[in-house]
Amino acid sequence: MDKILQMLESDARLTPAQIATMLEKEEGDIKNTIKQYEKEGVIVGYQALVDWDKTDREYVSAVIEVKVVPQPDRGFDKIAEKIYHYDEVKSLYLMSGSYDLQVILEGKTLKEVAQFVAMKLAPLEYVTSTATHFVLKKYKDKGVVYEARETDERGNCEI
Amino acid sequence: MIDYSKILSERACSLKPSGIRKFFDILDEMKDVVSLTVGQPDFVTPWHIREAAIESLEKGRTYYTSNAGLTPLREEIVAYMQRRFDLKYNAKEEVLVTVGGSEAIDLAIRATVNPGDEVIIPQPSFVCYEPITVMAGGTPVIIPLKAENNFKLTADELRAAITPRTKMLVLPFPNNPTGAIMNADDLKEIADVLRDTNILVLSDEIYAELTYTGKHISIASLDGMRERTIIASGFSKAYAMTGWRLGYTLAPKEITAQMFKVHQYGIMCAPTVSQFAAIEALRAGDSDIEYMKDEYNRRRLYITSGFASAGIECFKPEGAFYVFANVGGFGMTSEEFCTKLLYEAGVAIVPGNAFGECGEGFARVSYAYSVNHISTAIEKIDQFVKKLKNN
Repeated sequence: MDKILQMLESDARLTPAQIATMLEKEEGDIKNTIKQYEKEGVIVGYQALVDWDKTDREYVSAVIEVKVVPQPDRGFDKIAEKIYHYDEVKSLYLMSGSYDLQVILEGKTLKEVAQFVAMKLAPLEYVTSTATHFVLKKYKDKGVVYEARETDERGNCEI
Repeated sequence: MIDYSKILSERACSLKPSGIRKFFDILDEMKDVVSLTVGQPDFVTPWHIREAAIESLEKGRTYYTSNAGLTPLREEIVAYMQRRFDLKYNAKEEVLVTVGGSEAIDLAIRATVNPGDEVIIPQPSFVCYEPITVMAGGTPVIIPLKAENNFKLTADELRAAITPRTKMLVLPFPNNPTGAIMNADDLKEIADVLRDTNILVLSDEIYAELTYTGKHISIASLDGMRERTIIASGFSKAYAMTGWRLGYTLAPKEITAQMFKVHQYGIMCAPTVSQFAAIEALRAGDSDIEYMKDEYNRRRLYITSGFASAGIECFKPEGAFYVFANVGGFGMTSEEFCTKLLYEAGVAIVPGNAFGECGEGFARVSYAYSVNHISTAIEKIDQFVKKLKNN
């Protein structure tokens, strides 16, 4: 039933009743399936996509490339765990290629982010280097383009 | 002073202004209306198709093409028809690339109809068949389709409409505005009536890719039908390419040769940039079609259920992206209902009689809109209907 997942991934506000109608299923079945997905950790959360640039909140984000020495037995997991526990860390990925972990950080100011890297991330045991890239502009995230919303320009053509 | 009443074409003057136009004019004046009126996809043409058009411009392909259209495009159209609908056509002699499906319809009628010929037009249907027939000097013969037949054309209805002057049957399925389709059995009945006659079929298959309960079948694929069928189709609905104005005809070479001349002298050739985009669409766009169709299907189910719970029954549409809602039970004409709905609830839908008198009692509702938009409209309609019922 990955259709439910696809639909929720593109619009998490769809209700089980709406999904049931659109897939010609029972509402109860959809509710149960979603519950099951949540229990199994297939669905791990629901969030709004916020363009903070349009608000007064001070906000910067940065992508940090982190190189680490993998640990015996636990590989990268242990060090990843240490990193993702920080609230400032919004995303963390283990990468293939020239570095190991990609950290996406959010903070109020450049200084705050820089301090986090210097004081918390870089000194961690097994971290051998970091490279910080600040995000200048977010064009698109999670498949959504962050521009002024377009109005419906379609002409009322007789058809 | 010049006397316009004496110099204008009598035929042009005799054409009735379209019923939708009047409604759209009101709509254009109003603000904050939740509209469910448009007859075009809300999707933007897929990027790879737009990119092919941009590339053609970058390479300076700003010339006319040959009258019939780019050879690779005609070959792709033939391959597409074979792949999707199991039809075989000759790219050189049986395909014309046109300015939208509308030109395809115009060519089909003008290249075949003589003054006095009768053209059978089932209604409710797209608004252009009747005026084009009149402009060609033909006589439109209207078959009012019935809700109890799911707005399908039946063999009996067709038989009753045929006279010795019948030249052509227009077969507008999947149908705008009803969303009705004709399945294999329905078509077989029609084919049986036509097989031993000299009657042509203009099969308007512009919505062929948008069927939700089974694959579209072209009447041309039925025994004895290819020789008499002109298929009019295009890229607007399948690939969300309305503004590119690109369509095509498929017909036996004897008919195509005459349509070719009408096209050549009237249009010359379809827009070149659109033709390059269309080649890309046909080569790599099958998955775009599937994606959009899937989306439309969800909205179809959502909107019919929404209308039903608001107390308005809809004929369950099986194709295109319209529902034909039964608004006849409120003691008003369709037009009165739609006007009241527009002014009092701020929701716009099109009165069914705009698509033929037999559309009275219904309204066309387009679901080429986001689920959110549809949802807002349904809420407003729900409140409106409750208010009507309480009065």
